[in-house]
Amino acid sequence: MPENNGRELTLAQAIREALAEEMRRDSRVVILGEDIAEAGHPFKVLTGLVEEFGAERVLDTPISEAGFTGLAVGAAMTGLRPVVDIMFGDFITLTMDQMVNQAAKVHYMSGGKWNVPMVLRTTLGATRRSAAQHSQSLHAWFCHIPGLKVALPSTPYDAKGLLKTAIRDDNPVAFFEDKMMYRLKGPVPEEEYTIPFGVADIKRAGDDITIVATSSMVQVALGAAKLLEGAGISAEVIDPRTLWPLDEKTLIESARKTSRVMVMDEGYGRYGVAAEIASVISEGAFFDLEVPVKKLGAMHVPIPFSPPLEDATVPTEQSVFETARAMCG
Amino acid sequence: MATAVDPSPPDSQTASEPWLRMYRRMVTIRLFEEQVNDLYTRALMPGLAHLYIGEEAVAVGICEALRQDDYITSTHRGHGHCLAKGAAPDRMFAELLGKEAGYCKGKGGSMHIADPATGNLGANAIVGGSTGIATGAAFSAKRLGNGRVSVCFFGEGALGQGALYEVLNMASLWKLPVVYVCENNLYNEYTHYSEVTAGDILARGAAFGLLAEAVDGQDVRAVHAAARRLVDRARRGEGPALLLANTYRYFGHHVGDVSRDYYRSKQEEQQWKTERDPIQILGAWLIGQKLADGARLEEIHAEVKAEIDRAVQFATAAPYPGADKVQQDVYAGE
Repeated sequence: MPENNGRELTLAQAIREALAEEMRRDSRVVILGEDIAEAGHPFKVLTGLVEEFGAERVLDTPISEAGFTGLAVGAAMTGLRPVVDIMFGDFITLTMDQMVNQAAKVHYMSGGKWNVPMVLRTTLGATRRSAAQHSQSLHAWFCHIPGLKVALPSTPYDAKGLLKTAIRDDNPVAFFEDKMMYRLKGPVPEEEYTIPFGVADIKRAGDDITIVATSSMVQVALGAAKLLEGAGISAEVIDPRTLWPLDEKTLIESARKTSRVMVMDEGYGRYGVAAEIASVISEGAFFDLEVPVKKLGAMHVPIPFSPPLEDATVPTEQSVFETARAMCG
Repeated sequence: MATAVDPSPPDSQTASEPWLRMYRRMVTIRLFEEQVNDLYTRALMPGLAHLYIGEEAVAVGICEALRQDDYITSTHRGHGHCLAKGAAPDRMFAELLGKEAGYCKGKGGSMHIADPATGNLGANAIVGGSTGIATGAAFSAKRLGNGRVSVCFFGEGALGQGALYEVLNMASLWKLPVVYVCENNLYNEYTHYSEVTAGDILARGAAFGLLAEAVDGQDVRAVHAAARRLVDRARRGEGPALLLANTYRYFGHHVGDVSRDYYRSKQEEQQWKTERDPIQILGAWLIGQKLADGARLEEIHAEVKAEIDRAVQFATAAPYPGADKVQQDVYAGE
């Protein structure tokens, strides 16, 4: 990490700074989405960009996710580097044909002749009291598709560095931001930096158990690790940062070291990211494991509105602590 | 908005060269597709193909109005568009046979031929799947100021896809240089379009503020005249257009669709073939205008036949890609 000089940004500010820097650096970068120009996005992540870069590069679109995502695919093929803003992660379902059948396949189907250098930014994460259609974490859908890359930062520092890498990548990248973390503050240096894809980050070193956590679950895992420390258990917390490419080596090495692994991801627990990572670790570290790999994800229900119901669907520091302690017992 | 198109082209009225070039292109597509059907029938081609025979005047009339660096997107019935935009039959056949020498190294096949050298962004096997891509190419052209125009070919079946209307809206809002060419060959696969299409097709474009016109898709001169106007207009920055080309698919939905009695009559097919054939219509006009004689046209057929035969030989002899290539080209830069 470059020297910080004490500067802190929120995750939203880090995202905005990454976009602004890349737009200054490369005139081919444009942003398309709903309410992103004058409104600066409902989450105010993009405030000020249209003032600096103009309405020709920061475009308010109609509420047509399939249409403007498809338009971005064509624009990416022909010389621009579009960043598409999908306001809520739940709405990626509307972009599926464009992302899965078009963006992901253009390079391969054309024998490597056409590229699709685009980024689809969207959100994940529950507990905002937004109910079943504005709260899901659907990143696993894109992880399933060859031709797409998937990044999901857990800190302002990672958000900025990963987004800059995503914009410079010659492939379609889906970039998921936890909407509950936009106000999370963290150190972000003034100096230019990028973070390569496929490099996991050990957020906390430990010896007794590995907790692999993504995006929103990293802070939960770190909180649980503190509780575990009080119980005499040393937890290592690893954030893969990109799900494809996936840094399998770092995950497996940690599993071999600690011999106990829990995988946390806010996507639905079944058939999801946590299951895939658990499978990678089981195959790569089977003979070093003391207990089966445990996965923790969102409960397999549509996300409910009522606060006590919604809170019960997501792993918490306490539930992670208890599960981890039982694994180490 | 829905005006008929004057069949007289704005210029080149008497110069034979462009018309003979278009004649040759149409014959090339016709003989290419006949050869595809033959390869399929003799079990020499993997998979299926969707033949463009009967619709040649649409692709040729449109692409003759385009620059080499203008963009097209094509469909599952796309061989005609690719050839009309300048693709070479030998590498086309190689792709259809899954060979390394094909336009997509054999990874795309009949429904995915793409060729940056001729501005071909790719054929698309999702009905209406390329409408976003074509509109995005026009968005780039406008943003980059490179003067290019994008043409989106789609069949009337794509009128059922909602994404089409989303991009028509944006193309009109942002005055993008794109021409949407709806090839109405009357059948959504095996269903007559009138059974599944409400209202007036041109009104759908006009509702978004596009210039919307219909043209006789069997008359390449009419198609070309309309294309020149709409493409030039788009290039001048005057906005997108919808061109409805009324045409007919002589063969089935794909090469395996040979028993068609349950959805259309042989009499209907025969009538289009004998009375509305695009190659015969242009040929008769060329002879009538004394721009060519019958012998010259026969010569063109023979020359094209020889080219197609050579192309098939090339593709047949070409090697398949090695199995080690299967994981190449999934990601750019790897």
